[in-house]
Amino acid sequence: MSQNTHLKNMINKIKDFLNSNQAEVDRQENVKKSNKQYTVVMYIFFFMFLCLMGYFLYFQMVAREKYVNSPYNSLQNVMAEHVDKGKILTNDGRVLAETQISNDGTRKRVYPYNNLFAHVVGYDTHGKAGLENKENIKLTTSHDVMFTQLYNEVTQKKNKGDNIITTLDYDIQKVAYEGLGKFDGAVIVIQPSTGKVLSIVSKPDFNPNLIDENWKQLISSTDSVLYNRATQGKYTPGSVFKIFTTLEYYNENKSTYKDFKYRCRGGEAASNGYILHDAGNEKHGLVNLKTAFAESCNSAYAHIAKSLDAKGFTALCDSLLFGKDLPLNLETSKSKFSFNDNDSDFIKMSTGIGQGKTLVSPLHMALVACAIDNNGILMKPYLVDKVQNANGDTISETKPKKYKELLEQNQSGIMQEYMEEVVKEGTATRLKGQSYKCFGKTGTAQIADSDDTTNAWFVGYGKKEGYEDIAVAVVVEKSGYGSKYAIPVAKKIFDKYFNTKN
Amino acid sequence: MDHLVMLISKYIMIFLFLIYTFECFHVFKFTENKEKQKSIYKKQRRNIFLLHFMGFLVIFISTLNPFIIGFYLMQVVLFSGIFLIYKMFYKKASELLLNNMCMFLSISFIIITRISVEKAMKQFMILVLAAIFSLLIPLTIRNVKFFRKFTWMYAAVGILSLLLILVAGRTSYGAKLSVSVLGFSFQASEFVKISFVFFVASMLEKNVDRKRLIITTSIAALHVLILIASKDLGSAFIFFVTYTMMLYVATENVLYLFGGFFSTFLGLFIASQLFSHVKQRIVAWKNPLSVIDKEGYQVCQSLFAIGTGGWFGLGLCQGRPDKIPVVVQDFIFAAISEELGGVFALCIIMICISCFLMILNISIEMKDSFYQMIALGLGTTYAIQVFLTIGGVTKFIPSTGVTLPLVSYGGSSLLSTMIIFGIIQGLYIIHYDRYIDNNKGSGTGKTNSQHVGGGINSESKYTLEEYD
Repeated sequence: MSQNTHLKNMINKIKDFLNSNQAEVDRQENVKKSNKQYTVVMYIFFFMFLCLMGYFLYFQMVAREKYVNSPYNSLQNVMAEHVDKGKILTNDGRVLAETQISNDGTRKRVYPYNNLFAHVVGYDTHGKAGLENKENIKLTTSHDVMFTQLYNEVTQKKNKGDNIITTLDYDIQKVAYEGLGKFDGAVIVIQPSTGKVLSIVSKPDFNPNLIDENWKQLISSTDSVLYNRATQGKYTPGSVFKIFTTLEYYNENKSTYKDFKYRCRGGEAASNGYILHDAGNEKHGLVNLKTAFAESCNSAYAHIAKSLDAKGFTALCDSLLFGKDLPLNLETSKSKFSFNDNDSDFIKMSTGIGQGKTLVSPLHMALVACAIDNNGILMKPYLVDKVQNANGDTISETKPKKYKELLEQNQSGIMQEYMEEVVKEGTATRLKGQSYKCFGKTGTAQIADSDDTTNAWFVGYGKKEGYEDIAVAVVVEKSGYGSKYAIPVAKKIFDKYFNTKN
Repeated sequence: MDHLVMLISKYIMIFLFLIYTFECFHVFKFTENKEKQKSIYKKQRRNIFLLHFMGFLVIFISTLNPFIIGFYLMQVVLFSGIFLIYKMFYKKASELLLNNMCMFLSISFIIITRISVEKAMKQFMILVLAAIFSLLIPLTIRNVKFFRKFTWMYAAVGILSLLLILVAGRTSYGAKLSVSVLGFSFQASEFVKISFVFFVASMLEKNVDRKRLIITTSIAALHVLILIASKDLGSAFIFFVTYTMMLYVATENVLYLFGGFFSTFLGLFIASQLFSHVKQRIVAWKNPLSVIDKEGYQVCQSLFAIGTGGWFGLGLCQGRPDKIPVVVQDFIFAAISEELGGVFALCIIMICISCFLMILNISIEMKDSFYQMIALGLGTTYAIQVFLTIGGVTKFIPSTGVTLPLVSYGGSSLLSTMIIFGIIQGLYIIHYDRYIDNNKGSGTGKTNSQHVGGGINSESKYTLEEYD
C-alpha cells in the first residue's frame, strides 16, 4: 500500500514536471527583453558583415592583381587554355614577343629580337619572368570583338589575348645594349616627366627563344644570367652615393653648407689609424662642397661622413627608397643602407663615399636621378603604355602618375646645380659641349677588398629644348673608372635620343 | 559549343542568384501583404530549382558522367520532399528561412559534386538522415516544454564531449577537432554549440543574481578553456562571443559587451604569443605570399582562386578548386568564388545575413525569455561562424578553420546546422501558435495589444510569419 502511494507520488511528480509548462507560460510574459539590446547586437553583426563585404569588394577591385599575377598562381594556365597569349610590342609597334601557331596547331612563343630585350620581356615557361610574368593576366585576357569571341566559342577556336604596347624604345635599347659591349652590367633609361621606361638592359643575357633548350645551363651558371641586373642587381654604388651624403650634409647644415672647406691631401685618416685614400691618390687641394662633389673627392666626403647624424642619414635614405619595394611592376630588389652612431669611423667614412654595406640597383639610382630632374617629384615608372585588343582597339592606357615627392625643391635644386658642375668641371666633362645639356654623377665602386676590380657607374639626366628629358643609370661591371667606361655608354644613349629622336 | 553553353549558364546562374538574394530583402516591403509574400517565396523556390538544374547541367556536360543525372534527380526529390513536408505539417514555419536553407544546400551539392562526386554522395546520405531528423525538431520544440529543465545536463554533456575530444581527439591542422565513432568522424564542438546555448539560455532566462552569473560564467569559461586546450580557437571564439552576446542581452548591462570585446583582443594577443600554430596563422595572414611554401600555402591558393575567379568566376568545372587544401570543408567559399564568381560569393554573404536576421527576428518576437535566449544564442553562433570562415578564406582575418554552415562538406557541421534551423523553425511555430491563442482569447491577453497591426516594435518589418 505504502509502496503504491510512493509510486503514485512519483508519477504525480513527473506529471507536474511535464505539465509545468503552463506555469512557465504564465511566468514568461513579463520577461520580454527590451529591444535596445537586440538593436545593438544587430548593429554589431551588421558592422562586421559590412566590413567583410567591403573588404571583399576591395579585394576584387584592388588587392586581386597581386595574387592573380603571382607566378605561384597555377590558375593562370587555366585562362591560357581558352586564350592565345597576346603580343608584347615596343612603343613604335615592333614585336618583342608573340605566339606563333603552326599548321598542326602547336603554339610557340617567339621573341624576334632574341637577346636584345631578354630580361625586360622575360620568358613564358619555367615559372615566367619579366613582362611575360608580370603582365601575364593582361596578355591572356581577351577583349576581342564580342562577335569574334562568340564565333571562336562556336568553332572552338582560342580567343586572341590582348596586346601590350610598352614604353620600350627599340633604338635606345639597341644603343644601350651595344654600348655595354663585351662587359657585363646594366642600363636603364627613364623619362622623368612621365615615368616611361625606355630601355632596360642587363648583361650577361640569354636568348629567350632557346630558353627550354638551355634551361639547365642557365640556372646553373655562376653569373646569374637570368637575373635582371638593372632592376634586381645589388651593386655597391661607389661615388654615386655621394648624392645622398651631400643631401644629408645639406639637411644638417642648411645655412652653412656653402662655407664647407676641406684641404684634400689624397687621404683622410680614421681614428684607428686607417687611411681612406682618394682614387689614384689624387690630391684635390682646397675644396668646397660643390667642387668636392664635382671632383668626387673621397677624402672630403669621408671627413663629412664622420660627423653625420645616423638617425637623420637613415631617415633620409629611407625616404629615398632604401629598403623599400621600388614602384616598377617588374622583378625588383630592395636597396640596402646602414649607418649607425656606434659604427667605427672607418665604416662611417666608407659608407659616406658609397662603399661600406650599401647596395643599390640601377633602377633605384635612375629613379633618384628622375626625382632630381623633376624638381623632387618622382613619377611612377611604368612599362605598359597601352593595352589593345587583337583588333587594335585600345582597352586601357596608362596615365603618368605622381608616385611621391622624394625631395624638397631646394634639395633637388642643389643636386641639379652640383650634378651640372660634375659635367662642367668635374669627372664627367666628356659630356660637355653637346647639343644637349647633361647632369650627372660618376662612380667607381670597388667590389672586393683584395684587388682593384671596380664597377663603373654613371647616374644622371640630359635635357634639350623640344625634347622630354631622360634619366640614365649605367653600371659597367669589372671595367674601371666610371668616367672612362660608364660615361661613353650614357653618351651614346643621349646622342641617340637627342640627335635622332623627336 | 559546350563552352558556350557553360558560359551562358554561368551568367544565368549569377542572374538567378542575384534575383533570389534581392527578394530575400525585398520581401520585407510586403509585411502587410501576405499574398505578395507568398508569391515571392514561390518564385524563390522556383529559382532554387532552376539554379540547381543549371549547375548540374554544366557538371553533366563537362563530365558526361551519367550517374550525375541520377544523383541530381535524387536531390530534387529530397528538396521537394523537404518543401512538401513543411507545406503539409509546418505551414507556420518561416518560408524565407526554409528557402535559404535549401538554397544553401543546393549550392553545396553543386560545388561539392563538382569537386568530388564521392564526397557529394556521402554528404547526400548524411543530409537524408539529417533532414529526417531535423524535420522532427520543430514538432519536438513545439510540444516538449521542459527543455529548460535540463540545465545541468547540457553543461555536463557539453563539457564531457569536449573533454573527450581533448583526450582522444584526432589532430588535424594543429587542432584537435573530432573523434572517430564507428567510422564516422564526429566533430563534437558542432553539437556542443547547441547544448551550450541551451545551457546558457536556461541559466539566464530567470532573473540573474550575482551567484548565478558567476556559476554560468565559470561553466561557459570552462567550455572555452577546454576548446583552447584542444587548440580549436575558432570554436572557442564562437562560444565566447555567443556567451558575451547572450549575457549582454540577458542582463542588459553594456559593460559585459565592452568586457567581452576587451577580453577578445586580450585573448587573441595571448594566444598569438602562446601557440605556435596561432603564430603561424597570423604570419600567413599578414603576408601569405612570403610563406607560400609553408603556412601561407592554403590561404594563397584560396586567394589565387578568389582573385582569378574575379567578379563572374571562371565557370563551373573551369577552375582548379582542388588546388586548395581542405577546399570542401573550410575553404568552400573560395571554390564558389573561383568558379561561380565574386558576385555570387557576395550574394552568399547577403543570404547568410538574411538567415541571421530571421533568427534574430524570432528571438525578438518570442515572449518567453528562454526561447529568446535560445534563438539569440543560435543566431550568434551562426553569424560568427559565417564571419570566421568567410573572413579567413578571404584573408580579412586569420584563418580559423571553421566550416560555412550548410554549404561546407562535413556531416557534423551539416547535421548541427540542420538542427539549429529546425529549432528556429520550431520557435516560429510556437510564436504563431501563441499569436493565435492570444487572438482567440481576445482582450484577455495583455500581450495581445502588442501585436495589433504588426506594430510590435521597430523591428517588426522583419516579421514574416504567416498569420493566416
